[in-house]
Amino acid sequence: MKTKTDKPVLPNLDLPASDKGYFCDARPEVVEPVKGIWENFLNWGRANSLWILGFGTGCGAIELRPLMTSRYDMYRFGVQPRPTPRQSGLFIIGGYASVKTLKRIVRSYEQMQGPKFVLGLGSCTVNGGMYWDSYNTINRLDQYIPVDVYIAGCMPRPEALLAGIKALKQRILDGEAEGANDYARNFDWYKANQKKIITDWNMPDYNW
Amino acid sequence: MVDLKALRAEMDKRYKVIEISEQRTDLAFLECDKIDVPDAVAYLRDHEGYVHLSFITCVDRLEDEQFEIVYMLRNHEKKHDLGVKTKIDRKNPVMDSMHNHWAAVATYQRELREMFGIEFPGSPGVNRPFALESWAGPPPMRRDFDTRKYSEETYFPRPGRETHDPAEHMKKTQYPGRADL
Repeated sequence: MKTKTDKPVLPNLDLPASDKGYFCDARPEVVEPVKGIWENFLNWGRANSLWILGFGTGCGAIELRPLMTSRYDMYRFGVQPRPTPRQSGLFIIGGYASVKTLKRIVRSYEQMQGPKFVLGLGSCTVNGGMYWDSYNTINRLDQYIPVDVYIAGCMPRPEALLAGIKALKQRILDGEAEGANDYARNFDWYKANQKKIITDWNMPDYNW
Repeated sequence: MVDLKALRAEMDKRYKVIEISEQRTDLAFLECDKIDVPDAVAYLRDHEGYVHLSFITCVDRLEDEQFEIVYMLRNHEKKHDLGVKTKIDRKNPVMDSMHNHWAAVATYQRELREMFGIEFPGSPGVNRPFALESWAGPPPMRRDFDTRKYSEETYFPRPGRETHDPAEHMKKTQYPGRADL
């Protein structure tokens, strides 16, 4: 068995030398699912306690308010907002993401604890939507972080969001929602894509 | 009501006014030389009651090789808006900073520098990024900047997207067989 020091570490090249000690340089690790009834039980628990990160990244976040309140009432599905990435398991990307926001999205996504899921809300996350030819918004979210379910529309109504959450639950129950492991396996590819457009990368390579 | 002729007469005594035109009863535009703009704006503020600067904006007149900068002023007592326009060279876009008249102008000037590449020497913090972080391309609001080409080269476009020219699409779907359109 390899010891911790044998693993390749992240260079954190863009951090000043005085800050390097504050941040971890370990790469993300793949956590293989345990097959069988125990994993099914865990997935049942994960599917029924989806906690959303309270970070409205675009105009689509406006649809989360009616989803929360009594008319659509997402709490009956075990979905509730949390104030910090550490407590959240579901990141809803609310529509268009500018380069400036994408930097915060990457940072928040990496700080969430696995297993974590991403819902792309609105057409902008699929192919750029109406901002497809904009100079400052990304076109495809899945080039930067793994996405489990897309909800198309501009804007999708709360009913569509509930359908998307239902689809995500089914994916989790089927054991297909392996976004965090996908991110760890293809870490270099995701990181290269992120760094291609975020040119002032003044944060550690992996902010977990 | 504002008497534009009287205003023009007062302005002509002091500055070289190229044109003054009334668009609505509550909106007029005044054009003067670049060199006169800071003094003219200060005069309008101190003596004609245009105390409020609503915004500064820029029009890219690519065909004339010029930028047109518009200072939109507001007279609250007479409920009148006056836009002070001036044209500057597009190849060497430098404009006098107005931050001594209104401190908040510095923010507009920062934005204009980022979006159009117009320099405002002496304006506080003008070289800091305004909305864009780490922008390396040309100023994005200039008309010769091809935002679609930039987006396709930079942001991994998803293949299979179908787009229609709006005018052609409307002709086909709404007015089929109309040759005169």
